[in-house]
Amino acid sequence: MPGILVYCELKDGKLKKTSREALSIARKLAGSVGGDVVAVAVDAAYSTEKNAAALEAKVKEVQPAVLLFPGTSNGRDLAPRIAARLGVGVASDVDRLAWTDGKLRARRPVYSGKAFATVEITGTPAIATCRPNAFPVEEGAADPRVVNLPVPAIETKAKTIETKTPEAGEISIAEADIIVSGGRGLKEAANYSYIRDLAHAIGGAVGASRATVDAGWIDHQHQVGQTGRVVSPSLYIAAGISGAIQHLAGMSSSKHIIAINKDPEAAIFRVADLGVVGDLFQILPALTEEVKKAKGAH
Amino acid sequence: MNSVVCISHVPDTEARIKVAGKGVDETGLKFIVSPYDEYALEEAIRIKDAKGGDVTVLTFGPDRAAQALRECLARGATKAIHIKGDASTADALGIAKVLAAAIKTVPHDLVFFGKQGVGTDNGLVGPMVAELLGYPQVNVVTKLEVGEGKITVHREIEAAEEIIESSMPAVITAQKGLNEPRYASLKGIMAAKKVPIDTKSVADLGLQDADIFHQRVVMVSLELPPEKSGGRKIDGSDPVAAAKEILKYIREEAKAL
Repeated sequence: MPGILVYCELKDGKLKKTSREALSIARKLAGSVGGDVVAVAVDAAYSTEKNAAALEAKVKEVQPAVLLFPGTSNGRDLAPRIAARLGVGVASDVDRLAWTDGKLRARRPVYSGKAFATVEITGTPAIATCRPNAFPVEEGAADPRVVNLPVPAIETKAKTIETKTPEAGEISIAEADIIVSGGRGLKEAANYSYIRDLAHAIGGAVGASRATVDAGWIDHQHQVGQTGRVVSPSLYIAAGISGAIQHLAGMSSSKHIIAINKDPEAAIFRVADLGVVGDLFQILPALTEEVKKAKGAH
Repeated sequence: MNSVVCISHVPDTEARIKVAGKGVDETGLKFIVSPYDEYALEEAIRIKDAKGGDVTVLTFGPDRAAQALRECLARGATKAIHIKGDASTADALGIAKVLAAAIKTVPHDLVFFGKQGVGTDNGLVGPMVAELLGYPQVNVVTKLEVGEGKITVHREIEAAEEIIESSMPAVITAQKGLNEPRYASLKGIMAAKKVPIDTKSVADLGLQDADIFHQRVVMVSLELPPEKSGGRKIDGSDPVAAAKEILKYIREEAKAL
């Protein structure tokens, strides 16, 4: 039966959270789309050319109505490649999906979240990449049998020769459930330690405003906003960030927002659920201590 | 070494977006070269300066997009191609088909894009062009070295980095951090005015409008998010009391601990 094919990613043999999210929404859609949800993965080092060939073969065999990808670096690398090969369209980075009148409807943030576009994907399969953290993981639904796709023995034009893994404890803002972000209010690069300490204590990722990235205080990987990452974690803590429109666009879809700023008029307070007017150099260490105590008490 | 740099003309990132029908209200809106495309252009210009050859800037868009091409010529691109059409009604594959057809008309070793067009935020067209042309792709690139007949490229992935070796021709999509884009010099601006822009239509490329516009991914609606009014604001002059209050919010409302 043509149903939904979900391209999944594994880490140490287990499904990554972003893949479990894609599977969860696939299960929800399956009732109206009809057919089965088939989870597939390539359990080998990522190669655009090899994975595209492996997935193409599976799509031709299963002939799904819908093909979903997690919106990770590799999901977003592969989805357009396979779409162009099949001659169909893609909706990227979607945060809502529905099956309406026999077609896949997707909502996607555009202009970094300043607006939302709803699009209809008319081809077969209808392809979408799922924005990380947008679809809740349904326990059980997200643990099907994963079909390992055979990797074709083709000669590739591009080869990965080295992968530099992150430092221990470093979490990517793209997938993080909690982000602690710092801005110009930190005054200098060394003071990112205030942000890192809280992020490590709470188990979150370190985010940054564009101003601090442009000043060279922190690497661009950490930048949240229109020329950085658009993020939607469960909890976003902004310290010393005034809230330029590009930054607000990049984080205002977070589920819970706490802002700490000494300027009571800062624009960041407009989007904050909890705003704290005060000195981050005093409040962050106190909060880090409280978080450590709370975690220790468990 | 010849490069083609595909650029898009997008609303200024500082602009407030207004909706008109199913699209963006362009009245009074300032348009810029999409920020990631600037890194792509700069990289191509540096390669040209080191190894010679041409940098062709290519765009698919309405009349106003010619302005973006002029800006790129002023910075150091040597040729420009403008495929005229309302690209906002084409899906990513439609745009990719147009660009791929145009790229085939000029000699090239590398094809550059920004990692995504700022605004539409799709990040689809570069890899689609790579597939249509049968080229390898490296996306979200932060470093590029051109060697003898091959390139070594650093690709950003979740909190990590991959180093990839690829043959040419290849498609590269640029990430912030790849380089520091230059500003146009006055001399460059004057010289750019003399460079003819090669203007074509979709039909001139041998493509059918019906395969490009209003196909595959069709806009149903464009809406603005609800205004946030802002939540509770507390005084943080006592840091320990504030920290306790924040922790209470994190545990009880955000349920994040």
